[in-house]
Amino acid sequence: MATPVLDKAEAGATASPYITVTFRIRRFNPELSEDAVWEDFRIEIDPKERVLDGLHKIKWDLDGSLTFRRSCAHGICGSDAMRINGKNRLACKTLIKDINPEKPITVEPIKGLTVLKDLVVDMEPFFQAYRDVMPFLITSGNEPTRERLQSPEDRERFDDTTKCILCAACTSSCPVFWNDGQYFGPAAIVNAHRFIFDSRDEAGEQRLEILNDRDGVWRCRTTFNCTDACPRGIEVTKAIQEVKRALITRRF
Amino acid sequence: MQIHKYDTVIVGAGGAGMRAAIEATKRSRTAVLTKLYPTRSHTGAAQGGMAAALANVEEDNWEWHTFDTIKGGDYLVDQDAAEILAKEAIDAVLDLEKMGLPFGRTQDGKIDQRRFGGHSRNHGEAPVRRACYSGDRTGHMILQTLYQNCIKEGVEFFNEFYVLDQLITEVDGVKTSAGVVAYELATGEIHVFQAKAVIYASGGTGKFFKVTSNAHTLTGDGQAACYRRGLPLEDMEFFQFHPTGIWRMGILLTEGARGEGGILRNKDGERFMEKYAPVMKDLASRDVVSRAIYTEIREGRGCGPEGDHVFLDLTHLPPEQLDAKLPDITEFARTYLGIEPYTDPIPIQPTAHYAMGGIPTNVEGEVLADNTTVVPGLYAAGEVACVSVHGANRLGTNSLLDINVFGRRAGIAAAEYSAKSDYVELPENPAELVQEQVERLRNSTGNERVADIRKELQETMDANVMVFRTEQTIKSAVEKIGELRARYKNVSIQDKGKRFNTDLLEAIELGNLLDLAEVMAVSALARKESRGGHYREDYPNRDDVNFMRHTMAYREVGDDGSDSVRLDYKPVVTTRYQPMERKY
Repeated sequence: MATPVLDKAEAGATASPYITVTFRIRRFNPELSEDAVWEDFRIEIDPKERVLDGLHKIKWDLDGSLTFRRSCAHGICGSDAMRINGKNRLACKTLIKDINPEKPITVEPIKGLTVLKDLVVDMEPFFQAYRDVMPFLITSGNEPTRERLQSPEDRERFDDTTKCILCAACTSSCPVFWNDGQYFGPAAIVNAHRFIFDSRDEAGEQRLEILNDRDGVWRCRTTFNCTDACPRGIEVTKAIQEVKRALITRRF
Repeated sequence: MQIHKYDTVIVGAGGAGMRAAIEATKRSRTAVLTKLYPTRSHTGAAQGGMAAALANVEEDNWEWHTFDTIKGGDYLVDQDAAEILAKEAIDAVLDLEKMGLPFGRTQDGKIDQRRFGGHSRNHGEAPVRRACYSGDRTGHMILQTLYQNCIKEGVEFFNEFYVLDQLITEVDGVKTSAGVVAYELATGEIHVFQAKAVIYASGGTGKFFKVTSNAHTLTGDGQAACYRRGLPLEDMEFFQFHPTGIWRMGILLTEGARGEGGILRNKDGERFMEKYAPVMKDLASRDVVSRAIYTEIREGRGCGPEGDHVFLDLTHLPPEQLDAKLPDITEFARTYLGIEPYTDPIPIQPTAHYAMGGIPTNVEGEVLADNTTVVPGLYAAGEVACVSVHGANRLGTNSLLDINVFGRRAGIAAAEYSAKSDYVELPENPAELVQEQVERLRNSTGNERVADIRKELQETMDANVMVFRTEQTIKSAVEKIGELRARYKNVSIQDKGKRFNTDLLEAIELGNLLDLAEVMAVSALARKESRGGHYREDYPNRDDVNFMRHTMAYREVGDDGSDSVRLDYKPVVTTRYQPMERKY
């Protein structure tokens, strides 16, 4: 094969034009006030930078009290799910240029979980729902000396749902979850799916019964918000449908 | 202030901490204190694989793996530890599979394996397929699987508890661990955890560099807490620069990309690694490849208008292979660079990646107070520790292995120690140091800002102690770090509150980075040779006569309260392999 043309990528590497954008951020600090308020910040930023970079500029240069969670900054750790221009996204995976910097960029905490300060929410109910679906491999009998065998096809069956980083973007985009905090929510169902459809696991029936509960999969109204919100591209609604189908057919 | 009592306390909930927690919880009353929610830990960012000589796809054995690890570490590896790492690798992978880890599979259903840098057949003959993987998400799968098994075992987590101090009590003249002091991020409350055994598993220090693959939260908290209490840090001058970080951003693009057939090219399209490593080529060890990249750049063969990067070329690989084996890194290229890796090469540059050095331990994970004396009740595992299995340069896939092998070992050893030991009395006013530190920062009216000092620190580290170093550059880093440490005394924060005060958190983290950067630079200055990740242009050769030894750095406090770094050295454990010239 011929040597690839190397010039293409260079075209984009010219000096980066900074632009001025307004971040409109939902602020809440119960140590200061019971009420949440919108606050605007104007910053200079390269449109190729991330919303997280913008939040850092504000925190580091303008207002150190702005509070949000973040860690890896490239969409792997799941810390910085937030509502950006009305849509759940990871701040570290959203580039300024992709969200119309002409208008103020609104940044709010994800919905349906109690706001603790600014963009930080209480994640405990979310993780409790995750723990409730028994998110671990359950097997019986003696452990084999070597690995359990699994065909590439069986491995592929649940590949999509292994990608979940527990960021809560899906669950906190779900209207059912907003209205009823008892609903397990998409993320917990995704993680149940990951084990129900793993050929090595033997507790599929138990997990299905958990999700057959009145707060389980049947609450899903197939609005696809979760699939749109997932920063990992998991087909969340499809996974939920597969769990529903397995409940009816008892085949998985 | 609250006081808690546990048999075993684990600091950090990445791979090493959770692997330790699974063992320790079965054997003792255990608490895991973690600055982040466990699934946010940076183990999840590891991509390419975990080495083990399973020989599932071709002939391999743990002895070859041991040799590669020692050679990769440029003979600064303690060979007894490397042998344990390679031998126990096989069970470590099988244990994870039994815990549920969804490994990639061969056609006959076994765990599949791929090639990786520095891993070879029969002592360097050719690359070998030794890395067990799950796409390019191996670290993610390990982190999730370990967290899932922590839930299964009922591990008790204290999420967003930031450990700021290690408590040490002298018992019959022996420094003994008494517990830790933690700051609860949600409330600002200070908690003392009295514990029979403490395990540090709090990760690396990469955030003192600007271009780094490390998370914002990797600020050397465990290393700094121990160092400030007079415990040594080993081999801190050895830091790994991963060859393929996304240009300017530093985001990791796995070596597995080259394991799958990816090629590095300069601006002329030349596969330059053939010149530097005729046998292993693009799969030479990371220090070798990173130096080769910067040599190309310095000699004017870098790409782009500023000639400051090279390309990782995947365009000759079938799109199906990229989708199946490298889905995440190809998406990173699309998301952050707007580049389609099917058709266009990806601009990359070396990125600060991994601390080979850290808190010295023996092979049971016990922390050392000097070259030989164990600190009873104190353990460390993972990147925070230095066993040393990585020596002067870690091989790719050996870190996911390290956290599993030595995390498990530390978890067992600590819990067994707890079972047969009594609580050590806490020092008087155990939370005093942390209370002072927090109050000083919260009340400071100084005119220095955290972000400014951190930026200057990162810039001086990138400029002066990266892939190429000289006496002059390191000295200028030492001087700059000294200046920044002085200015740090006048740092103030804007958020004066107690609730989720991440402004305060970042200020404390910066203090840790400054202390550790000084240790690193001072250690690097004294090592007048080139070995593995430490390359001195003024001393370009390895010097086994004078420097075949580990650096041990101690904090010395003068009568006037000022502190400095004192260096000592520790012999390398050599068993079966005599140092040879290192060629790939």
